[in-house]
Amino acid sequence: MIALTIDGIRIQAEEGETVLQAAKRAGIRIPTLCYLEGLSPRGACRLCLVEVRNWGGRLVPACATPVQEGMDVVAHSPRLLELRRAILEMLFAERNHICAFCVSNGHCELQDLAAELGMDHVRYPYRWLPFFVDLSHAKYGIDHNRCVLCGRCVRACAEVEGAATWGFSGRGIFTLVEADLGEPWGKSKTCTGCGKCVQACPTGALFEKGKATSEQRKKPEILAEVKERRPRA
Amino acid sequence: MRHLRIPVTRIEGHGLITVHLGEDGRVREARFHVTEVRGFERFCVGRTIWEMPALTARICGICPVSHLLCSAKAGDAVLAVRIPRPAEKLRRLMNLGQIVQSHALSFFHLSSPDLLLGWDADPKVRNILGVAAFDRKLALDGIRLRAFGQEIIEILGGKRIHPAWAVPGGVNQPLTEEGRDRIAAKLPEAMRIAQDALAYYESRMGSWAEEIEHFGNFPSLFMALVAPDGSWEHYGGFLRVVDAERRIVADGLDPARYPEYIGEAVEPWSYLKFPYYKPYGYPEGMYRVGPLARLNCCERFGTKLADEALSRFRALAPGKAVTASFHYHYARLIEILGALEKIGELLSDPEILSTRVRAEAGINELEGVGVHEAPRGTLIHHYGVDETGVIRRVNLIVSTGHNNLAMNRTVAQIAEHWLSGREITEGLLNRLEGGIRAYDPCLSCSVHAVGRMPLRVVLVGPEGEILAERTRGA
Repeated sequence: MIALTIDGIRIQAEEGETVLQAAKRAGIRIPTLCYLEGLSPRGACRLCLVEVRNWGGRLVPACATPVQEGMDVVAHSPRLLELRRAILEMLFAERNHICAFCVSNGHCELQDLAAELGMDHVRYPYRWLPFFVDLSHAKYGIDHNRCVLCGRCVRACAEVEGAATWGFSGRGIFTLVEADLGEPWGKSKTCTGCGKCVQACPTGALFEKGKATSEQRKKPEILAEVKERRPRA
Repeated sequence: MRHLRIPVTRIEGHGLITVHLGEDGRVREARFHVTEVRGFERFCVGRTIWEMPALTARICGICPVSHLLCSAKAGDAVLAVRIPRPAEKLRRLMNLGQIVQSHALSFFHLSSPDLLLGWDADPKVRNILGVAAFDRKLALDGIRLRAFGQEIIEILGGKRIHPAWAVPGGVNQPLTEEGRDRIAAKLPEAMRIAQDALAYYESRMGSWAEEIEHFGNFPSLFMALVAPDGSWEHYGGFLRVVDAERRIVADGLDPARYPEYIGEAVEPWSYLKFPYYKPYGYPEGMYRVGPLARLNCCERFGTKLADEALSRFRALAPGKAVTASFHYHYARLIEILGALEKIGELLSDPEILSTRVRAEAGINELEGVGVHEAPRGTLIHHYGVDETGVIRRVNLIVSTGHNNLAMNRTVAQIAEHWLSGREITEGLLNRLEGGIRAYDPCLSCSVHAVGRMPLRVVLVGPEGEILAERTRGA
């Protein structure tokens, strides 16, 4: 066992566990977005940043940092809240997240995080870049306007379904999640139509076709259930 | 030419009136300008057909329900489905609730200050609070009646403003027994208020004779949906056009083929287009829509109390159409009464509680037109989609647009009668506003405009010089 402290609470963790897992067992909530139980950690969104006091105040992503003996972790502080809020604001400013008519309005992890972290303004200028909607798949649609590039769909497809249909194309803010080599989703030869990517997606970027505003509810927990052959909740 | 500019308040949106004078100092022309642009038709492109009801509902906070339902109808057409009967009944119920709440807002909150306190009353008291001080019961009645309509919307859609309830193919939530009983319990009070308001209007009509005569009283065409049997309609049926003699000019018009008989003209001085009846050309094809047009077009209302009121309304112009736009107010009150009666009928229909409320389908047509009667008049949503259901083209014709030509004629008529010299008097300003207000225009809808609405009136001389200007804040 490894001993560490998170927010001043002494915790025992298993070797190989991440700071996020240890915190969760201790009942300490750390906000996450790109992390999803059942998928490999990616450390992409940086919302789970924590400060390790005895590493000179270094910021590390809790989801991708293994616990180490004697670590003194700060998971909640005014500095961290400010950083997380800034990250969230940048996510909102980068693409066109308009909740009012979104299929996931009311059931969206990005929206919930904004509420949790008290994000009542976006201080950065919105970029208003035009992205497209692809409804070519028989059952599902993808709206790149609402994509936060968390990669949960990419990992769910590769690690759980084993199809590896999704991948990233492009660079920086122009990055797109695309099927196969940039085919319209409906033309993909590798997609099995299982819908795990849709369930894994935290926003309204991936959705079931025919769902109207606020109607898309997701079950991201099924990824861990399938992967670990757990009984369905 | 000299011009007079007047800003318009207590309507929904922003406006400007310019009055143009000729060399002889008489009114040559008056224009009601809609001065803002929003761009809904542009930015809906690229979205999905399933989002359109909730997206276009954001055009307006007063009549989101109208856009929601009309958009869902256009979506039904794209899916090529006939929605389940209970879904249609539920949509009708919500639209009737919308008509009650919007008409109550127009009559009690926006127009009753003029009617009750007079057009020359101090602007400081000429508002709903002034009405409350003068006639507490009337003001409270208005607030309660509007709340009743709003409650129907909330019970059905989950919230009062912007419910995302109607979807292509039907609605996403049935009505519960408890919800139905809640509406039914408040219906008697709403009926009482509607009857009192109607009796009040009828008893006071004589004192507004001059305004009735000059607030947009001219022959024109009228257009509205009517049921297949010719009775009053607000959701389905066909379009009918009648003239000032109440002769049917066109009947059984398929709403989906509106481009064949409705043209849209553009003028450089307004962001609001000028629809006209194509066979008569522009601008002779001027027509009016809304409560006045619906009552002029239909043969009967189809409910007892409203039909009794309708026969009194018809007696204003025996054998002809009522052409005084002032009587939009009268028509609105009759419609509230009839809508409440129809709400009662729907609530006693056992099918209203059915849970079969949605037809699921894919993209089966690449174009869809939704037409229905919003409180202010005929509303048209027309979408073109690609094979997958992504919006490629949007055309919206809203009620205030249809009435654009008639509103211009109305301000000209009022200016001719009440303008003396080159001064914009308080009485003229108020009557110009009141004339516009009779149409209950919604400028946020009409230019699909953002922001608050002050009304400016500018008097412009023969050389284009500004002679006088008055502005009133929102």
